[in-house]
Amino acid sequence: MRLLRRVQIGQVLKPVFSVALGLTLGLLVTKIAGEDPWHVFKILVNSAFGSRYDLGMTLVYATPLIFTGLSVAFAFHAGLFNIGAEGQLAMGAFAAAAIGYRLQNLPPYIAPLVATLGAALAGGIWGGIPGWLRAKRGSHEVINTIMLNFVAAGCCGWATIYLIPNLDSQNPETGAVGANFMIPHFAFFGEAPVSFALPLALLVAFGFWFFLWRTVTGFEVRAVGQNESAARAAGIDASKVRILSLFVAGALAGLVGVGEVLGTAGRFKLGFSPGYGFIGIAVALLGRNRPIGIVLAALLFGALHKGTSDLDLETENVTRDISLILQAAVILCVSSEGVWDLFLKRGRKKEAKNG
Amino acid sequence: MSFAVEFKALTKTFNGVAANAGISLKVKKGSIHAIVGENGAGKSTAMKMLYGTYQPDSGEIWVDGKLWGGRSKPWSSPSDAIHCGIGMVHQHFMLAGTHTVLDNILLGVEPIRKEWKYLPIPNFLKGIDRTRAAKRLKEISQQYGMAVDLKPSVETLSVGLQQRIEILKLLYREASILILDEPTAVLTPQETSELFLHLRKLRDEGKTILIITHKLKEVTSLADRVTVFRGGRVVGEREIQETNEEDLATLMVGRKVNLHREPPPLPALRKPVLTLKNVSLGTVRKLRNLNLQVRGGEIVGISGVEGNGQSELLDLLIHPQHYSKILSGEIEILGRPSNALTTREIKSSGVGVIPEDRHKEGLLLDRPVRESFLLGLHRNAPFSRRGIVSEEAIDKNAKKAIREYDIRPAHAYARCGALSGGNQQKWIIAREFHQTPELLIAAQPTRGVDVGAIEFIHQKIIDARMAGSGVLLVSSELDEILDLSDRILVFYEGEIVGEFNRGEASEKVLGLRMGGAADL
Repeated sequence: MRLLRRVQIGQVLKPVFSVALGLTLGLLVTKIAGEDPWHVFKILVNSAFGSRYDLGMTLVYATPLIFTGLSVAFAFHAGLFNIGAEGQLAMGAFAAAAIGYRLQNLPPYIAPLVATLGAALAGGIWGGIPGWLRAKRGSHEVINTIMLNFVAAGCCGWATIYLIPNLDSQNPETGAVGANFMIPHFAFFGEAPVSFALPLALLVAFGFWFFLWRTVTGFEVRAVGQNESAARAAGIDASKVRILSLFVAGALAGLVGVGEVLGTAGRFKLGFSPGYGFIGIAVALLGRNRPIGIVLAALLFGALHKGTSDLDLETENVTRDISLILQAAVILCVSSEGVWDLFLKRGRKKEAKNG
Repeated sequence: MSFAVEFKALTKTFNGVAANAGISLKVKKGSIHAIVGENGAGKSTAMKMLYGTYQPDSGEIWVDGKLWGGRSKPWSSPSDAIHCGIGMVHQHFMLAGTHTVLDNILLGVEPIRKEWKYLPIPNFLKGIDRTRAAKRLKEISQQYGMAVDLKPSVETLSVGLQQRIEILKLLYREASILILDEPTAVLTPQETSELFLHLRKLRDEGKTILIITHKLKEVTSLADRVTVFRGGRVVGEREIQETNEEDLATLMVGRKVNLHREPPPLPALRKPVLTLKNVSLGTVRKLRNLNLQVRGGEIVGISGVEGNGQSELLDLLIHPQHYSKILSGEIEILGRPSNALTTREIKSSGVGVIPEDRHKEGLLLDRPVRESFLLGLHRNAPFSRRGIVSEEAIDKNAKKAIREYDIRPAHAYARCGALSGGNQQKWIIAREFHQTPELLIAAQPTRGVDVGAIEFIHQKIIDARMAGSGVLLVSSELDEILDLSDRILVFYEGEIVGEFNRGEASEKVLGLRMGGAADL
């Protein structure tokens, strides 16, 4: 009963409806382009979940989005808007690659652990800077996190090319990490590089919930996010909480590097992220800042990404750009949830009148 | 007998909850009619329907013998109401602070200069005829005896004068029915009696006045007739001669209420829990040379019109670390100099705080109320152990609080913001009293709280005093101060301008001191 009271049915159903509506609207666009929406939808589902490999690729795309979604949501719970996940994940990924490249000879098991911690720390510091600026100097974290994205891109670019470049390649990328650093893949998914980053993401999502809803510090974070004056009046050091929150948010984003560097590429490739940090904002929004929601939302976005990749080949008139349209339609529908409330209220009124 | 306003079985529902259920009400022309009731009793909803802000679900409103609105012909907005001679003074004034008094009064009904009248440009581009307006205003203010200077900008005026401008605004628009929502909430006693003088004058000139209030003393001294609301219904209507405060309070609450609660004689005083020596704050001198002491077992009341340094004092006591650079003098809280203490240390050493603005400084409005209950207790056993929050401990103690404080709704998972002011305040008190405070700082403890809860909260404060706590009570409600305080200090412009023992001060004396009168 208690659980039921806490998880209101509407809170769960609304996002589901919104997603369905968004997908429908998005697919109707393919009609304009001259395709059968149902046909496109079938290709989409088949390509995202049709085989073990397809499912695996969906999961590979979803994993970094879980991290960035959690990152944005964590800051949100502290009343902060983290638009800097993109920069934080770049710093994290670069740190993982640099550790892996420089410390080639670390023993197995220890090596990926060190690189993971390094990635989290680097992301955390990159998030902590705007946190510190906000808490101590009062400058707004939205501006600072955005600007630090550019700084991160510049720093990573410079360090990649001048400090630890891959001399065998024309591409801007670092040298390969030591073999001990690579984390294993699940054989189940065949060729798809589903690494241990996925269970790590799920574990982190659980930790996210436990920290925020079961620990004293987590309560303080949420209290500051809800009502800073009340939190301060209750003896909570809001500045400290702010810095900590953006540090943790940055660390979460930094963990993207684990899957991307230690799981797949084995090195840091400049510009490897197609905007994971920004899609993370949408993931957090869709997932209502709750860990389970974020995991599901990340899966959806991963599936859209993977599902649309086959459209180029299998249809004549639509390309994978439809993925962007679908994402945008889903986000629009989710963020205009007030509309659902309006419908629900109308329904209730009618019932009341008839009854 | 003609009625200015008549409600017939008016019903208004919000989200399935009836805010007004079949309200019927008659207001005589040229009378002062008071509407009283607890928070959430539906007074404001009823008035907002008259003013056009809300539209009724069913029922009729008659104004001056004519059907006003109704379902067949709904009126749409307050501007219709103004057009028909109904005006409202809101609790929070609707004034443009940087504009002059004159411009505020004209806002929306600016007269156009004669020489511009026939120019072929839209009206809003034409010049305003301030001379003509000022002349008319002078006539109006003479007729009703409400003198006002038209030149200064509104923000420089006192609250009482701002209210007068709001009323003049309505008179300028030729309103014949005036609705005033809690008009005295922000006034000093002197300003209040001046306002009442004006309202009586307006009534004598034929205006009809509807006044929403929860201060019963004002009702009995001002109104001709009073309607009592409870739970969205009219539960009583009285001619003022045939009723008294106790009667009205009983109607409002639905049971017998003890309005004035005299604490038992002073127990033996204990050691000081709060001492201020020559405390001044900042270069703008928000606080000046304060000396005060609160000892265990006494209630020290601070009265004063809001904005005379009380808020600064409260903030200083709770967050001394923010003021270390601009503070002079010494503050001791529970025997320790406060400049070395953080907020958490102060709170955990045995200081309970009922904040001045509970929404801003006491509650997490969007979360289940149990989290507001936990706020501040979250680091203490049994609520948490080794950094992990104990859900069972919260539930258990929340249940206990609900029983002990008679909180409604009786479960801790309701969204805090959905609770009534009284129940929110009870949660705060349950939290702050969880460990019996040695020093209780109670700021406006009964603001926006209904009569039944006021009685309860006052009892809790008296209980704390009897148990040996020292209480610093800051309130702008004179009755509260006079009833509860063992000693009364009067604040004026950041200074203590008067000190009285129990029984020495009357409302009149306090009121004069609060207004800055040096000698009596």
